[in-house]
Amino acid sequence: MIHSLFLINASGDIFLEKHWKSVVSRSVCDYFFEAQERATEPENVPPVIPTPHHYLISVLRHRIYFVAVIQSEVPPLFVIEFLHRVVDTFQDYFGVCTEAAIKDNVVVVYELLEEMLDNGFPLATESNILKELIKPPTILRTMVNTITGSTNVGEQLPTGQLSVVPWRRTGVKYTNNEAYFDVVEEIDAIIDKSGSTITAEIQGVIDACVKLTGMPDLTLSFMNPRLLDDVSFHPCVRFKRWEAERILSFIPPDGNFRLLSYHVSSQNLVAIPVYIKHNITFREGSSQGRFDLTLGPKQTMGKAVESVLVSSQLPRGVLNANLNPTQGTYTFDPVTKAGRTPAEVGSRSAGSDAPPARLAHTAREVERLKVNRLDMYGEKYKPFKGIKYMTKAGKFQRDDLVCITGVSTLTYETVTLEPSSIITFTSAGPN
Amino acid sequence: MSANSAFNDEKGGSSSVGEPEYGHDPASGGIFSSDYKRHDDLKEMLDSNKDSLKLEAMKRIVAMIARGKNTSDLFPAVVKNVACKNIEVKKLVYVYLVRYAEEQQDLALLSISTFQRGLKDPNQLIRASALRVLSSIRVTIIVPIMMLAIKEAASDMSPYVRKTAAHAIPKLYSLDPEQKDQLIEVIEKLLADKTTLVAGSVVMAFEEVCPERIDLIHKNYRKLCNLLIDVEEWGQVVIINMLTRYARTQFLNPNMNESLLEEGSDKTFYGSDEDEEEEEEEEEEKDKKAEAPAMAKRKPYVMDPDHRLLLRNTKPLLQSRNAAVVMAVAQLYFHLAPKAEVGVIAKALVRLLRSHSEVQYVVLQNVATMSIKRRGMFEPYLKSFYIRSTDPTQIKVLKLEVLTNLANETNISTILREFQTYIKSMDKDFVAATIQAIGRCATNIGEVRDTCLNGLVQLLSNRDELVVAESVVVIKKLLQMQPEKHSDIIKHMAKLTDNIQVPMARASILWLIGEYCEHVPKIAPDVLRKMAKSFTNEEDIVKLQIINLAAKLYLTNSKQTKLLTQYVLNLAKYDQNYDIRDRARFIRQLIVPTEKSGALSKYAKKLFLALKPAPVLESPFKDRDHFQLGSLSHLLNAKAGGYQELPDWPEAAPDPSVRNVEVPEWTKCSSREKRKEKKVEKPFYSDSEGESGPTESADSESDSASSSESGSGIEESGSGSESEESEEGSESEEEEEEEKEKDKKKKKKELKKPVQESESEQSSEEERKHERKSKQRKSESESESDEEEESESESSQSESEDSESEAEVKKKKKAAESKPSSKPVKKDNKKEKKEMSLLDLDDFEPAPSPQATPVNAFLSNSLATDLEGLSLSDAVLSPATISPSSALKSYEMLHRITGEGLSVEYCFSRQPFSPDANMVAVQMQFTNNATSDTKNLHMEDVKLQSGMRVKEFPEIELLPAGEMVTAVMGIDFCDSTQAANFQLCTHTRKFFVSIQPPVGELMRPIFLTENEFKKEQGQLMGMNEITEKLTLDVKCRNEHSIVQRVTTAANLSRVPCGSDKECRFAGRTVTSSSLVLVTVATKEEGAAKLTINCEKMVIGTMLVKDILLALTQ
Repeated sequence: MIHSLFLINASGDIFLEKHWKSVVSRSVCDYFFEAQERATEPENVPPVIPTPHHYLISVLRHRIYFVAVIQSEVPPLFVIEFLHRVVDTFQDYFGVCTEAAIKDNVVVVYELLEEMLDNGFPLATESNILKELIKPPTILRTMVNTITGSTNVGEQLPTGQLSVVPWRRTGVKYTNNEAYFDVVEEIDAIIDKSGSTITAEIQGVIDACVKLTGMPDLTLSFMNPRLLDDVSFHPCVRFKRWEAERILSFIPPDGNFRLLSYHVSSQNLVAIPVYIKHNITFREGSSQGRFDLTLGPKQTMGKAVESVLVSSQLPRGVLNANLNPTQGTYTFDPVTKAGRTPAEVGSRSAGSDAPPARLAHTAREVERLKVNRLDMYGEKYKPFKGIKYMTKAGKFQRDDLVCITGVSTLTYETVTLEPSSIITFTSAGPN
Repeated sequence: MSANSAFNDEKGGSSSVGEPEYGHDPASGGIFSSDYKRHDDLKEMLDSNKDSLKLEAMKRIVAMIARGKNTSDLFPAVVKNVACKNIEVKKLVYVYLVRYAEEQQDLALLSISTFQRGLKDPNQLIRASALRVLSSIRVTIIVPIMMLAIKEAASDMSPYVRKTAAHAIPKLYSLDPEQKDQLIEVIEKLLADKTTLVAGSVVMAFEEVCPERIDLIHKNYRKLCNLLIDVEEWGQVVIINMLTRYARTQFLNPNMNESLLEEGSDKTFYGSDEDEEEEEEEEEEKDKKAEAPAMAKRKPYVMDPDHRLLLRNTKPLLQSRNAAVVMAVAQLYFHLAPKAEVGVIAKALVRLLRSHSEVQYVVLQNVATMSIKRRGMFEPYLKSFYIRSTDPTQIKVLKLEVLTNLANETNISTILREFQTYIKSMDKDFVAATIQAIGRCATNIGEVRDTCLNGLVQLLSNRDELVVAESVVVIKKLLQMQPEKHSDIIKHMAKLTDNIQVPMARASILWLIGEYCEHVPKIAPDVLRKMAKSFTNEEDIVKLQIINLAAKLYLTNSKQTKLLTQYVLNLAKYDQNYDIRDRARFIRQLIVPTEKSGALSKYAKKLFLALKPAPVLESPFKDRDHFQLGSLSHLLNAKAGGYQELPDWPEAAPDPSVRNVEVPEWTKCSSREKRKEKKVEKPFYSDSEGESGPTESADSESDSASSSESGSGIEESGSGSESEESEEGSESEEEEEEEKEKDKKKKKKELKKPVQESESEQSSEEERKHERKSKQRKSESESESDEEEESESESSQSESEDSESEAEVKKKKKAAESKPSSKPVKKDNKKEKKEMSLLDLDDFEPAPSPQATPVNAFLSNSLATDLEGLSLSDAVLSPATISPSSALKSYEMLHRITGEGLSVEYCFSRQPFSPDANMVAVQMQFTNNATSDTKNLHMEDVKLQSGMRVKEFPEIELLPAGEMVTAVMGIDFCDSTQAANFQLCTHTRKFFVSIQPPVGELMRPIFLTENEFKKEQGQLMGMNEITEKLTLDVKCRNEHSIVQRVTTAANLSRVPCGSDKECRFAGRTVTSSSLVLVTVATKEEGAAKLTINCEKMVIGTMLVKDILLALTQ
């Protein structure tokens, strides 16, 4: 299974290594660096790289490559899923998963990795068990530890590992018993040149924050469970009950967790609340062009579309863009222009390249998942229950929006898009 | 090479940036020489007796290890602290030890004793962690110690320690492969473990140590399947992958009949929604039950139940949040499921496409392979593979691959429209891949070939050279298929040679012109002329094609091109590249006729201008599925180390019985012990029933179930109990096993039970049937319990089963409360036979059955009446469903006080008395309340009226204190209510007792239709008819209660009747077989008329009194 793990930052330094079997020399990462150099973009490094004696399986999260070294056949998803779980755990512990955070907490990281794998096979990956073993560092605890010399390592033994509900630790106590559920839905859509939707799908998750004493047994029922035909659950959900009655019945983990994620496919028509029109022209014989973008709300029935954000990628060659938005503000973020002259730009980018436009909004016309009721069994107290609904834009992009593409990002942000308001960008184009 | 420099940097020991934590340490400056000093400092801290200092030191050491720095010189100082009290220090020491023990073997031995002590700790978690560290120390000397520790831990009480033992096995194996045999023994032992905690880890060990020992799995196969859903997710992946391989060796190919049809049968997927599949599944399962698993080769395929078990138990895992688990199930279905069922995995795989890009990458690779074999599966999700401009290139290319695989006549137009958008992308690699994809679509789908070709030709005028080049290459391949039609395109391309600089594209154009020079006779020589000019500046690949072109032109059009060819060949002769020089020399010999040139030059034309087969544009994912999907080897398309081949399906299935789990035999015990054992069993049984409710009711149920098995080989009862068994099975294998054990045991025991008991139990069996029927009628949803319908225990079903049994319990409770009812018995041939067979099996050995009475009391009255309505109105069903009544009224024969501790109760069981059909069966229950045993219980000195006869019950040899025994005797009352008097003798005393029957018990129920009833009634008029008017009791004004009360009072059966105002009952007297017909006609306000027609006037009068009493009270 997993032999070793190397953490590599964006500039190619190995800043942490951990071995679970015999030591593998870090020179094995050279193969990774080669692949990294070949790839034009950081995310284009192949996740699996074969080397003469080992295989490198890597994930890229937060601009850090987590490179696992394996020696023999193992399902690649097994390793990838585990590496993501490691990142999630770090995030859970340190709030962020950056190089600095890992370096600051190198001992905790090491202890965590030690517990998560035994001889390369996952041992304890449930955050509740881990937190029982190794206390997450907080400012207060760090201070206390420096003064008293006490430790982050829990005195208790990981009893959770022995229980039938490994995701929940025993003896949880809260004075305020609360359970919050966030139903977050994201729309992913591709819109073609003429503005008609090619695909649109809803990607939903229910994230929960449960702080309840003891061993509560919750049931959650929905008004419209038929929407959930493609679901994946946290292991705590009793699958049989769901199959039979369409009720979620579970003993929740303590704290934050993702209860389920679901997917509503494109069959249910998803209405897109905004429209975009665009036009781009290039002046012949000059390195300049004109870029127009018109954005307006569509059949929102009087509801305002909030927090609209359009981002458009311009080609590498674009040096600058001057925009005159009718509403809101814009930013132009010039990244990587790799020494191209404006003259080249003019001739190269006059084609019609497909740029993505990203839209974020909070209104939509489709029926959404509604929670019917939440009940608790097994404990006597009355918990406070809260449910929040949110809609976000996911990978929402306008395919074939004739303009220019590239790595430079043009971001436009506004607070609200009133039903009547129309925003236009006009630009003097690349110059 | 920023990477390398960074790497050296690290080695040199200088910390680059962002390590503020160590900044304060002057020694961490990074100068190599100062390392010693720093380490001295650390040693000092480790030697101190302050835990906080030790901890600080260890933290620094671990941080150094993390950065890959060598701290091995600290080993002695660190190992000393292995027994430190501070838990964090201890843990960090472990980390250090595991890292460096290999290098410092001798010193590492110092720590071993600490762990050996830990292995004996009473706390399971400490035992486990000691074993974990001990086994992680890679020191060969301690192999025997590790072996011992693993063996011990494998039989530890705690499953957690056993899990750790399973983890330790591969560690030891990699350290010393010679221990394999011993380790396999441990694995075998652990495989038999029944806890979910161990299952995943031990299978992992199995896969690493002895994946070839598939025989170890047989006995554990079913258990693993059933545990699977509760195993932790990582274990699930390993188990599923292993079981896939196992299934490939043990079961037959479910698609073997379809294998001829292969890809053409896409339609299977269209029509089948999940419901249908479910149905199919059920049907299949029925088949499989019906037929024996052993099958001949040519017979239609029947899926092995174990194969089905695996498929069924893995399906829910498609909903797992863990992508690896979903992928594992998907590959299992792909490799093992019948074609019609594979479709279920598509949705789950598509869902994974929203995950991290690495996950997408792996999933798409597998989808690409699957979509070649089973295109239909992913067609509904075509749009999910549309490419987003934000996808990384490698994902885009894979998505293209899938889209191309999915393209067919119906969807090609939409796909091509998508492709057109993609060509405008700025990602050049992706554009190139798109153009190739268009080419593949064009070759695969004839209808769109021209469209694609035109599209590609348009691309030739694209601004981007790469796009053009790629198009040229693809067009070349396409043109090869039908060159004659497209000379225009070739001409167009010939013009491009001026502009295109990409070598591959130029080479392709030249090849095309050379190949089809006859189609472009004027242009070709001109192209050669231009090329000859630029020959020296071309790339090698282009030069080779120039030579080729020259040779071909020389052969077809030597007049115009002879000189040019010579010139080119001369240039090539002095080229730097030897390939080109060789080629030039070879071609010159071949085409230019000289004296020396041999026979070959005759064939030069044939050699060069032979018709070349068009290239096949194939997916790189074709035939990749010989690797197990989801595996690393599949992803790399090369065998990775340790990859286990996925075996082909066997021709004939190996013996499926190897998976049967043997049942321990506990049943060899004497008949005396049996009774005791049975008592002990009670709670045990109800335990295994789980949710079925209070103990007593569970008891009675299970009893009746088992009795139904004993009740001879009647099909219905057999299948009834079977269905129950399978319900159990779905809940848990262990339970099922228990169940089986018990059933076996029961069966054996049952054979020796006295006839009395088996009779009463038989009645309960029939009540069960009744119950089923009634349930069926009452609600459709409960129909599973019907014996006709195999309860195939889909998971959900088993749950509904539970709730049902709850309902049963409630009914039973009600029954217990309500008054006893009586019900007519219908005799028919079948039943007679059944009894005869029972008789043969049972002798009259008295074995007590304390449950007999509760069993009888368990059917509710209202239910019973319900049933009557049902059974009698349906002539087909009635013979099987008529049952003797339950809830019998018992009478006291001997009181506890007068009997000096012995009490006897009797009741009329309403069963036909088998030895003599003219006798009434009397069931007696002897209870010994005294402190001493009673012996030789028998009857003597029977005093009877003339004509009466008695069949005595067999002597009861011993009735221990506090025990109960039942016995059955038969009495022929000669249709009179005279008492039968006799003496009941024990070894010490004699008691005078008597049995007096109520008139209602002197008859047995018969079945009559309404017409028969009317006819018979017509013959019994006048003197034989007795009529009484009465007012019905307030509680007794509906049909049900009337029926109930009448049948309680007399052993009669109900006659179906058209009007609801009349209830009719019929029976015959036991001795003389005279008809007894009872009619209750109700009127308004509780008024009613009771009519009894009976030859025997005495009986008629007495019966009127009894029934009147019953109805008015």
